[in-house]
Amino acid sequence: MSEQGLEQRNQRTVRKLVLGAVAMFGFAFAMVPIYDVLCDITGLNGKTNSTAADGAVEVDEDRLVTVQFVTVASEGMPWDFKPQVRSVKVHPGEITQVNFMVKNSADSTIVGQAIPSVTPGLAAPHLLKTQCFCFNHQTLAAGGEAEMPMIFYLDPALPKHINTITLSYTMFDVTGRVMENEDKLVAR
Amino acid sequence: MTAVAAHTDHHDDHHHAPHGLKRWLFSTNHKDIGTLYLWFSFAMFMIGGLMALVIRAELMYPGLQVVDPEFFNQMTTVHGLVMVFGAVMPATVGLANWMIPLMIGAPDMALPRMNNWSFWILPFAFTILISAVLMSAFGEGNPSAPNFGWTFYAPLSTKYGPASTDLFILSVHMMGISSIMGAINVIVTVLNMRAPGMTMMKMPLFVWTWLITAFLLVAVMPVLAGAVTMMLTDRHFGTSFFSAAGGGDPVLFQHIFWFFGHPEVYIMILPSFGIVSAIIPTFARKQLFGYASMVYATASIALLSFVVWAHHMFTVGMPLAGTLFFMYMTMLISVPTGVKVFNWVATMWRGSITFELPMKWALAFVVLFTCGGLSGLMLAMTPVDFQYHDTYFVVAHFHYVLVSGAIFSVFAAAYYWLPKWSGVMPNTFLGELHFWNSLLSVNLLFFPMHFVGLAGMPRRYADYALQFADYNYWVSIGAVRCGASQILFVIVCVLCAMKKGQKAPAAPWEGAEGLEWTVPSPAPFHTFDTPPVVK
Repeated sequence: MSEQGLEQRNQRTVRKLVLGAVAMFGFAFAMVPIYDVLCDITGLNGKTNSTAADGAVEVDEDRLVTVQFVTVASEGMPWDFKPQVRSVKVHPGEITQVNFMVKNSADSTIVGQAIPSVTPGLAAPHLLKTQCFCFNHQTLAAGGEAEMPMIFYLDPALPKHINTITLSYTMFDVTGRVMENEDKLVAR
Repeated sequence: MTAVAAHTDHHDDHHHAPHGLKRWLFSTNHKDIGTLYLWFSFAMFMIGGLMALVIRAELMYPGLQVVDPEFFNQMTTVHGLVMVFGAVMPATVGLANWMIPLMIGAPDMALPRMNNWSFWILPFAFTILISAVLMSAFGEGNPSAPNFGWTFYAPLSTKYGPASTDLFILSVHMMGISSIMGAINVIVTVLNMRAPGMTMMKMPLFVWTWLITAFLLVAVMPVLAGAVTMMLTDRHFGTSFFSAAGGGDPVLFQHIFWFFGHPEVYIMILPSFGIVSAIIPTFARKQLFGYASMVYATASIALLSFVVWAHHMFTVGMPLAGTLFFMYMTMLISVPTGVKVFNWVATMWRGSITFELPMKWALAFVVLFTCGGLSGLMLAMTPVDFQYHDTYFVVAHFHYVLVSGAIFSVFAAAYYWLPKWSGVMPNTFLGELHFWNSLLSVNLLFFPMHFVGLAGMPRRYADYALQFADYNYWVSIGAVRCGASQILFVIVCVLCAMKKGQKAPAAPWEGAEGLEWTVPSPAPFHTFDTPPVVK
């Protein structure tokens, strides 16, 4: 155990530990995609599919499931955002259309993005949308109104104990973000 | 052997101790840096305590009297941050700096310059954080200090965070760097600097618990740094890690935070286990019962701490399988913790116990920490957690394990090792007053919180329903008395620092074992220049 030996051993240990710390910093960021994948598999965060599903499954006439709709415009967003019906009763596999009404009561153009969330989370992977306004941004001019369709069906593999599903949409104001991106596209 | 001696001689070629401010600013001596850490953490403890008193003053009576709710929120937030990162963690790092080299027969920490750096980052980090509070209290327009709770959940800290959130982010980054460097230093010292014959399984338990704590720090402090970095980019650089509008998820923040946060809980308590495992055998005059099982229990607690984080988030709406997994894993932790408590009790069984001050604090730790552990077990049950979540029951739980747990053990350590640090025995009369006042007031302060919590009083509010008024009145009385008792400890420490008191021999405690008692009291500036031989 020479002096050189101790110093070298210390440096080696420090190097390993610093590497460990840097790796754990990276791991914090790796948790983001890991979380997304886990949520996709388990429906942990109640997110539904973000692109259209194809709708060809057998209808299960024996079951009737209540689907409720909840809408919220995020804090400070001057949009009036409502579903046309508050709830529907559907058979799993049955294709259903629900319309959502939205009105921009501000005096400027606003771009909105609706984010869905399903409760209970376990039902999220089984609520499949063939068409949804939440797949895209919604742009409304000052005072503008729109009727936005959402077409969905329930996967018959929906766990038996689930009789009621709540689908919530939160409308976020993404005007700044979208405008910025468009400016960048124009600049290119 | 001779080579090691030559090495240490080389290190000490500047053998004269520098004086004045430079001694502290440029110190690379583990004892001086340990002292700095300890004084710093005590200062933070008093500042955090003042914030707690503001909280308790507001909650003494129902209605709003002392501060407005916005400032109240800033107090709960910064009180938590200062106590966790400024008081408890630096206190145990200070103890590690002072005691680990003495306990393993090393001349100093392995990386003395880095040691200096990891301490001196801290005063700057906390100046930044506390400056936000000062600006909020006295600045023009009273710009808000961080007000989102010490757990800084998104979006409260991202979209809705005040401008001072960026001060908070910078200061957390600095604290993280300091902790990681401190932890690396401990690991390198323990692995490479042990005296000949000091095998791993002969190390005192304080060294073992700190070694494991240091590994936890290296593993999770970078995750915390990652979380605040994501907050920073979400706030200013257009990312959407935690913003649902951009495809992110605020619940992800809670997962990342608690992946850090739960091991952090053990970072604060494991060194305490080591302290108590040193003190109880001394005053029971028996070997520690089940040394090896203590080491394995500590390691199991550390490993389990990585798979229980979501028990802080049972109410976010996880699938049943997820909540069950986290519930059972959490309950599993009570097994190694129970092993520890039983070992301490078995150490005292048929021992020749005397009740000197360090032993009193250690016994209070064992009893009160176990109380906190049991309420933790109640919180671990998913179905009942839905009722307890974010109530004063949780506040009572974590203050039992942190105040009458971690902080009591640091007091125990201080009374135990102050003779070694200062060369004089701590004043017994003041120490007894400090102990009994703290013991009674801490229970008056935190025990009724269990009841108001179970009755449904939520945490983090500046006001409460009238039915909680009586309990809150007594809780506030307890808080004032607990805070005032700590002034006694200031006097004890100052008297020791001024060398006023009965002179301490090298081994002041009759039953104490360990290398630290083989050097004179106070411990000379340089110790173990020639490594001791451990049989």
